[in-house]
Amino acid sequence: MIKHEEKDFIQSKETKIIKGNVAAAYAAKSARVQVISAYPITPQTTVVEKLSEFTDAGEMPGTQYIKVESEHSVFACVVGASIAGTRTFTATSGQGIFYAHEMIHWAAGTRLPIVVAIASRGPAPPWNIWADFTDVCSQRDTGWMSSFCATHQEIYDEILMSYKVCEDHDILLPKFVAYGGFILSHTSKPIIIEDQDKVDAYLPPLPDEKGWPHIFIDPERPMMHGNLIMPSGFYAEFRMKIQEAHMKAIEKIKNAAAEFEKIFGRSYGNGLIQEYKMDDAEVGMLIYGDLALQMEEAVDEVREEGYKVGMVKLRHFRPFPVDDIINIAKKVKVLGVIDRATAFGSQTGGPISSEVKIALHDIDGTAKILLLVIAQTYIYSHRRYFGVQEVLIDIVFRVCLSGSWRMSCSGSR
Amino acid sequence: MADTEKWKKINKSKEERPIVQEYSCWEELPPIPISLPIDGAIGTTGDWRTFRPIIDQENCNQCGFCWMYCPEGSIKRMEDRSFKIDYIYCKGCGICAKECPTKNIEMKREVEEI
Repeated sequence: MIKHEEKDFIQSKETKIIKGNVAAAYAAKSARVQVISAYPITPQTTVVEKLSEFTDAGEMPGTQYIKVESEHSVFACVVGASIAGTRTFTATSGQGIFYAHEMIHWAAGTRLPIVVAIASRGPAPPWNIWADFTDVCSQRDTGWMSSFCATHQEIYDEILMSYKVCEDHDILLPKFVAYGGFILSHTSKPIIIEDQDKVDAYLPPLPDEKGWPHIFIDPERPMMHGNLIMPSGFYAEFRMKIQEAHMKAIEKIKNAAAEFEKIFGRSYGNGLIQEYKMDDAEVGMLIYGDLALQMEEAVDEVREEGYKVGMVKLRHFRPFPVDDIINIAKKVKVLGVIDRATAFGSQTGGPISSEVKIALHDIDGTAKILLLVIAQTYIYSHRRYFGVQEVLIDIVFRVCLSGSWRMSCSGSR
Repeated sequence: MADTEKWKKINKSKEERPIVQEYSCWEELPPIPISLPIDGAIGTTGDWRTFRPIIDQENCNQCGFCWMYCPEGSIKRMEDRSFKIDYIYCKGCGICAKECPTKNIEMKREVEEI
């Protein structure tokens, strides 16, 4: 169940009705980040605005808030601050990520545990500020981990979990925490802002031991990094180390989610994926980001008609949970994949559906994959956007169901 | 990084830094390429020298120009404020001799021409 029980919110004293962006800012505050670098871009702006209010009001003692002149500088700034051994945070969107692309590679290559909130926005042109995950998905090969949030509460929780995973000495990788621009970033919902003591127990403040094990700034013990590597050198080996860390992160993400559930009582599946009514499902729908909430209701509706359908919410794009996807594809007859991002020229759908297809390649007894790429205009250009969305998801299920009917008739997969 | 602790030790204490960094396999590598500056990390560069700079200590006015201009930090200021060239690392570039305002550094050929 992705939706949180209402009683959880009523019971808690710490519940606030806030926007998704503000939730991200609260998460940074709860995580006791030490350096925040800021540059505004719609729809992310209110994250750094709220953080500037916090630092200005003295609610985040010891936190450096640095205003810079561009997204490229934002990432350069957090990279520098992270090398000095601080917990760093920033937020950006769409065009901002593309501008910062060089430094994004640099952060992963230097193995810095930076966490960045992304209020996802479609790439221009046509000029666009609304939700589309192409901005995060296009950073697939940078070495960053990336995850998607479906609810306001998940934004807060995922940022805390991300620091836990990223700062693990076996991992040391940066991470994007993406959520749909405007759909989550600018709508308000009740969110539990956890007690600082509880957060500190889950995510302790960084020990004062000057930096990470592999890199730090200390004039007494100088070091140089980012060295030139000759063709006969170790370039491939250092790339391999990033891949190795991603593979290890799968287990760490599961552990972080399990520990989070133990302390805070909110479950996010196994951390990598979250299932809804998949136990007896014949048709499954894999989806990521905010649409998962609507999909959950669509599953209930279609189930009332007697169809056995279920939903899988993909939480992590990098590292990609191949084993979990294979297990799901073995359970169902048809697995629909709804992409919220584009991968032009691909004949296997968007970035996620391509990934799912590759994961199932050569695995016997897995489901037929139906690919659907939903451009954001379907959802937004219409005034009655919630209505359109419901109809759309209903149609999506019907497409899948008809697919499964055809398969049972022909008797082949 | 199973050897996180090892890298922490090597990076964080000067004494543990190896003079020559060697790796037998990729797992032994640190997570990122790092250079740890130590004296002569790439060998004794004094071998490269063709001309040896020699300071005429008697006429030297100890202005410190050679010490400032030396690109390799091979000139050391002694306790009596005189200067001494470290011939183990001096590459013999001749910048000190060129910059010396009193022309008291002589560049002398290491091996006489045959």
